[in-house]
Amino acid sequence: MLRLEDIHVHRGRTHVLKGLTLAVGRGEIVALIGANGAGKTTTLRTVSGLIRPTSGAVVYQPEPGGPQVDLSRLAPEKIVAAGISHCPEGRQVFSSLSVRENLLVGGYLRRDKEGISRDLERSFELFPILRERGHQAAGSLSGGEQMMLAIARALMNRPKLLILDEPSLGLAPLIVARIFALIAELNAAGTTVFLVEQNAVMALGLAHRAYVLELGAIVLSGTGRELAENPEVRRAYLGSAA
Amino acid sequence: MSRTTLRLAALCTVAAGAGLVALAQAFCGDYYLSILDFVGIAAVLAVSLNVTNGFTGLFSLGHPAFMAIGGYVTALLVLPPGRKEMFLPDLPAWLASAEWSFAPALAAGGLAAVLAACLVGLPVLRLKGHYLAVATMGFLIIVQVLIVNLDWLTRGPLGLNGLAPLTDLWWVYAVLVVTLYVAYALKFSSLGRAMLAVREDELAARCLGIPAARARILALAVGAFFAGVSGGLWAHLITAITPGSFSLLMAFTIVAMVVIGGSGSVTGSLLAAVGISLFTEALKPVEESLELYGLAEIVMALGLIVCLVLRPRGLFGSEEPRLLARLFENSAP
Repeated sequence: MLRLEDIHVHRGRTHVLKGLTLAVGRGEIVALIGANGAGKTTTLRTVSGLIRPTSGAVVYQPEPGGPQVDLSRLAPEKIVAAGISHCPEGRQVFSSLSVRENLLVGGYLRRDKEGISRDLERSFELFPILRERGHQAAGSLSGGEQMMLAIARALMNRPKLLILDEPSLGLAPLIVARIFALIAELNAAGTTVFLVEQNAVMALGLAHRAYVLELGAIVLSGTGRELAENPEVRRAYLGSAA
Repeated sequence: MSRTTLRLAALCTVAAGAGLVALAQAFCGDYYLSILDFVGIAAVLAVSLNVTNGFTGLFSLGHPAFMAIGGYVTALLVLPPGRKEMFLPDLPAWLASAEWSFAPALAAGGLAAVLAACLVGLPVLRLKGHYLAVATMGFLIIVQVLIVNLDWLTRGPLGLNGLAPLTDLWWVYAVLVVTLYVAYALKFSSLGRAMLAVREDELAARCLGIPAARARILALAVGAFFAGVSGGLWAHLITAITPGSFSLLMAFTIVAMVVIGGSGSVTGSLLAAVGISLFTEALKPVEESLELYGLAEIVMALGLIVCLVLRPRGLFGSEEPRLLARLFENSAP
């Protein structure tokens, strides 16, 4: 569904991504793990068009068997319109807007009022707490509620591919477990998920496949379980002796 | 209250306002009428700057520049050919012979300001915060210098005087109503929400497919349009326009109104503009008797500081009264 081919990204004089290649298959949950500064967020932003790669292609096939597009030269709004929603790091809700308004902004590119109403209702079913807080300013929600809002907001675009940047960041373990259960649920309902995580244990437990990113290039890949059992990964990211 | 009732109530409010305008026109003396005119224009300026600065979080000091552009364009279009020949003998023929009526000339002034906003917005809106403030201040100075130096078009530092006193309270009221309508309707539209989203968190907004740069330029252009129109009103109220008419001090005054009222709150900037300009007028006799000119500016600067310390989000924050929100929100989502 999504293929990054030999992506190079420069930020100023820093060569951030050095020939990164990876693929996300339709229906999968794919995790990208790695240390701080490895280029995880940059990878996601390259997919969603917020960063232009110096070279390489981001090949996206929205429909199975349908035409392929190269996202690497498209504007972010075109990429969102093509069915890729990016839920950025640190939750980033619009804090002075109400919960409801946040969700409506998520449907900005859509013009079908009825569909938007239906999806608003669906988000409230998915996250009942958001209905309760509907008219409250988003900034007044707890961290976990804000994360739920950020995910619900990204879903308002009815994405085929959902990109999540550190969904566990700064959340209590219990909340993280709930968020991850929810990601699995969304995936089971047909949304492909590509996520970046610091919390490698959780990410490898959730993901069908995963990639390990080091200094701007993929050094390891495999199924979630394979990587979770790999001694190198265990030593570096899972914090336990091999 | 149902939406129909709300709509009816809104119409009644507008009509009642018109009634007050009629009363004022009939019974107020010229002095009080002119104060009301200035208050109304200040409200148009503050509300329109709020679309630019409040909705998208730009910090533009360029509002007086758009007023100047609108003011000169309106004046040039309205001025009778005879006077133009005397003031500006080198005008191109089409402009020299133009004699528009007030309404289309005001609209043209607004559109000229929009054009300038688009030209200046493209390079300048890449900047943020203080840098943007400095850049728009630079734009204001450039416009002033151009007005001084384009003698054939503007009569240089002398300015254009003896303009027809076309602006009355009816014009001001009509423009104010349109400005308020546009500002409220925009705020509760999908586009307005997108603008507020850009202000709150540009990255997240772009992640949701909002073209942030376009939203900003649009906000700048909408603000510029009404600034341009009020420039035209202003020029035909004081019946003269000079390069110094629209100064940085004025930019400061309008920005103070927006900040005190609450960045993003249309209602807040309306009330702040009315309150502050009435207060400044009321202080004028005091200034004269004490021979302390500039007292109003000092009080306003102090008020701004107090507001920033005690209530940094302004009187209203980004809120509007609930009834207004209900009136303008789309019924479906």
